[in-house]
Amino acid sequence: MLHLPRLAFAAACILTITACHQRNRHEEAGKLKLPEEVDYNFHIRPILSDKCFTCHGPDANKREAGLRLDIGDSAFKALRETPGAFAFVPGKPHQSEVYRRITTSDTSQRMPPVGSNLRLTEHEIALIGKWIQQGAKYKPHWAFVPPKSTAPPKVSNEKWPHNDIDRFILQGMDNAGLQPNPEADRERLLKRLCLDLTGLPPTVEMMDRFLADSNPDAYEKMVDTLLAMPQYGEKMAVHWMDVARYADSHGYQDDNYRSQWPWRDWVIHAFNVNMPYDRFVTWQLAGDLMPNATREQLLATGFNRNHKITEEGGVIDEEYRVEYVSDRTNTFGKAFLGVTIECAHCHDHKYDPFSQKEYYQLYAFFNSVKEVGLQSTVGGPETYAKKPYTEISNEEVKDVLSFINKPDTNRLIVSVMGDLDTARKSYILTRGVYDAHGAEVVPGTPRSILSFNYAPNRLGLAQWLFSERNPLTARVFVNRMWQEVFGKGIVKTSGDFGMQGELPSHPALLDWLAVDFMQHGWDIKRLMKQLVTSATYRQSAVVSKEKMQADPDNVWLSRAPRFRLPAEFVRDLVLSSSGLLVKKIGGPSVKPYQPKGLWELATSGRGILARYQQDHGESLYRRGLYTFIKRTVPPPSQMIFDGSNRDQCEVKRLTTNTPLQALVMLNDPQVLEASRVLAAKLLQDNAEPVGQAFRMIVCRRPNAKELALLQEYYKTQQAHFREQPAEAGKILAAGEYPLPENADKPAIAALMQVVTTIYNLEETLSKS
Amino acid sequence: MDKEFLEHGLNMNRRKFLSRLSLGLGSVALGSLLIPDLLSGGSDAEEMGFPPGIPHFAPKAKRVIYLFQNGAPSQLESFDYKPMLRQMMGQELPASVRRGQRLTGMTSGQSSFPLVGSFYDFKQYGQARAWISDLFPYTAKVVDDICIIRSMFTEAINHDPALTFFQTGAQQGNRPSMGAWLSYGLGSENKNLPAFCVLLSRGRGNGQGVYSKLWTNGFLDSIHQGVQFSSGESPVLYLNNPPGMDSTGRRKMLDKLAELNDMSYKEFGDPEISTKIRQYEMAYRMQTAVPDITDLSKESDDIIKLYGPNCLVPGTFASNCLLARKLSENGVRFVQLYHQGWDQHGNLPNEMAGQARDVDQASAALITDLKQRGLLDETLVIWGGEFGRTNYCQGKMTAENYGRDHHPRCFSVWMAGGGVKPGVVYGETDDFGYNIVKDPVHVHDFQATVLHLLGLNHEKLVFKHLGRRYRLTDVAGKVVDNLIA
Repeated sequence: MLHLPRLAFAAACILTITACHQRNRHEEAGKLKLPEEVDYNFHIRPILSDKCFTCHGPDANKREAGLRLDIGDSAFKALRETPGAFAFVPGKPHQSEVYRRITTSDTSQRMPPVGSNLRLTEHEIALIGKWIQQGAKYKPHWAFVPPKSTAPPKVSNEKWPHNDIDRFILQGMDNAGLQPNPEADRERLLKRLCLDLTGLPPTVEMMDRFLADSNPDAYEKMVDTLLAMPQYGEKMAVHWMDVARYADSHGYQDDNYRSQWPWRDWVIHAFNVNMPYDRFVTWQLAGDLMPNATREQLLATGFNRNHKITEEGGVIDEEYRVEYVSDRTNTFGKAFLGVTIECAHCHDHKYDPFSQKEYYQLYAFFNSVKEVGLQSTVGGPETYAKKPYTEISNEEVKDVLSFINKPDTNRLIVSVMGDLDTARKSYILTRGVYDAHGAEVVPGTPRSILSFNYAPNRLGLAQWLFSERNPLTARVFVNRMWQEVFGKGIVKTSGDFGMQGELPSHPALLDWLAVDFMQHGWDIKRLMKQLVTSATYRQSAVVSKEKMQADPDNVWLSRAPRFRLPAEFVRDLVLSSSGLLVKKIGGPSVKPYQPKGLWELATSGRGILARYQQDHGESLYRRGLYTFIKRTVPPPSQMIFDGSNRDQCEVKRLTTNTPLQALVMLNDPQVLEASRVLAAKLLQDNAEPVGQAFRMIVCRRPNAKELALLQEYYKTQQAHFREQPAEAGKILAAGEYPLPENADKPAIAALMQVVTTIYNLEETLSKS
Repeated sequence: MDKEFLEHGLNMNRRKFLSRLSLGLGSVALGSLLIPDLLSGGSDAEEMGFPPGIPHFAPKAKRVIYLFQNGAPSQLESFDYKPMLRQMMGQELPASVRRGQRLTGMTSGQSSFPLVGSFYDFKQYGQARAWISDLFPYTAKVVDDICIIRSMFTEAINHDPALTFFQTGAQQGNRPSMGAWLSYGLGSENKNLPAFCVLLSRGRGNGQGVYSKLWTNGFLDSIHQGVQFSSGESPVLYLNNPPGMDSTGRRKMLDKLAELNDMSYKEFGDPEISTKIRQYEMAYRMQTAVPDITDLSKESDDIIKLYGPNCLVPGTFASNCLLARKLSENGVRFVQLYHQGWDQHGNLPNEMAGQARDVDQASAALITDLKQRGLLDETLVIWGGEFGRTNYCQGKMTAENYGRDHHPRCFSVWMAGGGVKPGVVYGETDDFGYNIVKDPVHVHDFQATVLHLLGLNHEKLVFKHLGRRYRLTDVAGKVVDNLIA
């Protein structure tokens, strides 16, 4: 205890230093360039909201001096407590009380008050001044105004842009005083590209071909090749399965099996045939309502039946039916509109202009499904899909539904949409309570987004969604594809474009992309190609100290983002590079290795999923997206790498970096088996096994230092396992894949350690 | 002082420190996980050139063990004695008492709200003459060590938001949980264990799930995330090296790996790479430390007797309590237990008795055990659920059977050790057990108090994220001085 004061003193010194440092940074920020046109949404509202609204905002209970600044009409009124003065006088900052109070040196007058611990920076004050000067124009929320395309801007370096995306990005860098990074080296570029378009690392043949191709269009050709591979559909499906909360079990307590996977096979197929986004979504929302609906269109509607369904006897039927309808409504809001409509389930939305009535109007579209809350409890195959469902015949699988990978001739049913002949009445549910019927409502959409003038059913809703006047649909989707490629969206909160969401870092680019996407027929492959052929994308990921300081979050994209692969692709990389991957597309989900007892500990004991019955043979080596998802106990290795538990629609995953991930990569039998199999193969046919392993896994040649280090390690491991052959035998037991006959076990065991080490490199699992 | 500035400074230092020492990292302590405790000597830290985790003022508690009773145990059958409810059994809840309180989906359809008294009797115990029901005989024995708060209230009425509110200070979203905030604010006392550990168990009563978002780091560095533990063969998933790989072999591999990753760090300058290096070192240290700590077989017979025979059955609440003591004793800043099964909408007398049997002895044992080790003074123990239960019956009511719906307006929790006043009953509800009449404690007040006991000012433990300064207590919370010894 005695040394406490000394330490506290030391701490105080350090804090003083950091505080000074911060102040300097603020002053530097004061020299930031002011935008030519100051915009309420982008520049002013965030400041007012952060520093002023607490006392001068929407909350009437907390409002000081009767002044609210969040609404223009009241901000322009004569001030109640300062007669003759006005908070804002458009065009006249020096007559505006707000400006006077934020610039005064009189601390008893200054806003925000000293006691609030809040302070405006010089830059913020300058912005407010300029905004008042320019007329203090309040504006509606940006995301609810349809996107308008502006001409791509002129930039400082006309040679840098590859396409128009780059002009917007370079403009941002110019304003922030940043320069783009040089292009990444070709090996790293190829790895990045292959991962983004197929979710798989490039093979050695692809690397050789690409490195040898000196044609200027080599990169673009590679993009086209990758977009045409069937693995593209698998890659794209992973994100869509999160959005659609796809799973292989019904959820809730018994959590028994469901056979929804043919819907997933359709998603892969749809991406591969490059179905335009408007059609892709329309079929999923309303395929059953289309004129002369095809079998494929009907299957697509499985989207809205992927939600959890209870099998618990004794539940109140209507309570759960309402829950399903709500889930579809919330999913619609988040997946397609990027808004938190679910906040209006019990009351009017607290931030966004969505009334509770509008929530239930949207709900009404999904309320006429021929379904019940509890159709059946845990049972046999007849319970694997719930009514309405469709049965997929063996003939169809050979013909119109040939993309379904049906491995046997068993009966196969899939839950799909289908409405009652007469629509169910819908009501506002008071406080969101399932049976507290308020006023009756008819199908409709939030007016602040776009009024609704279509047929009052899901097909009309789809038409509304894809109206070119809909301000959200295209923005939300291009933003999510941007997120897939660049790690975070132009709007970082990709699931919330509302008032509480983040503002776009590049608003003009977002709008340009959205309009361009709509004008080119909602063509997803074209969009992906635009993103990956940009100079922005092709930059190296190296971050200098200066850039780290100037733009730690890489908002201005003056370097390529570096981030860890999503869970499914960690698995894919391991299987693919080791040669274990079975490249079959689709089919029932599979059960690879998993630590013992997890399902057994959590089960109610009922149903065919009470115990985990691991698969064998080919099924152990399928891509991550085919791993069986039991909702209550999702696959642990995927969860540790931030996979979705598919409880609800999810549009953005976290990317964490934890010791448990290290443990998975070091000890998961799947990684160990892949290391063993690759080691055995390399010893059979390669003179440079260490360098080759590195190349196959990291997708580049090791440098001399890396190679020397690994070779030295290999040598010591060989000595170790020659001395301890029994240990070699034990460590080679990982996984079920057979060892070659007459294998030199100590040699394989030694090389296996090298391979495991390479799998564990940070770079291996990163897009860099 | 502003913790965010401090953290920034620490990060800078850590980064520098790492780049200096990242070769042959084996036994070197790294990162925020390793910031040694202020009061047990910070000399190592000083030598290494960065300040230790610094509380805002002298802390009373160093560590927390939170025995979360997930599902919301009824206060009316545990710590809030309401004899009038028995007398008024079956009578309607007066509207003047209900005062517009919203109802959950589960009872809003009921046309009648008949009051129901506790099936179980209460007696008074200890210096405070605290009323405790017969379901908690062991807790009654340690009553002079605990502080019962009968006037907790919350804003949420459903499990998921209410749990999330208790743990993160907000009902929605991915905010950091309490354990993550403490890890961020104070660092870890043990370089071999995460600062924040999570233990799950499940009773036989009607259960509500737990979700990993409850122990998330939110927008804080992922190093502050809770790590799930269990007793038994594999205390942490994927912890054990495969057969044929001993710890020497593993060490060699990790040294090579660290060297290679360090080369990559030098090339890219991405701080995620240095985090990765730290995480591998952490994983290695966990491999040796965790099996040692989670091995309950070496506990003495007296200890086994104290916690009850169930403490040797992996995955039980009793076993998790014992494990919590061991983790805490070894310096884990925040041990979070969740015991599921407290959601008694129906069949309450029967289910609640089973739930209480599962937790009563071990909860009390933990207090006794910490006390006999001299650790209770510096360890804050918390027991309670996410809201209370209604004084009226849900569903069918008979003499022996009834249920209770969710009730956010009042409920009971208890705290012990770590600078909390022992042997005290705080707050009071009306004779209906429906509204608080004295000393209300909001969830944010409770959180502010917990942080205060650990030496942190809840208004200053902030992190700016997406343009907003976040706190565990959101924009509210007052330290309840009267709870503090």
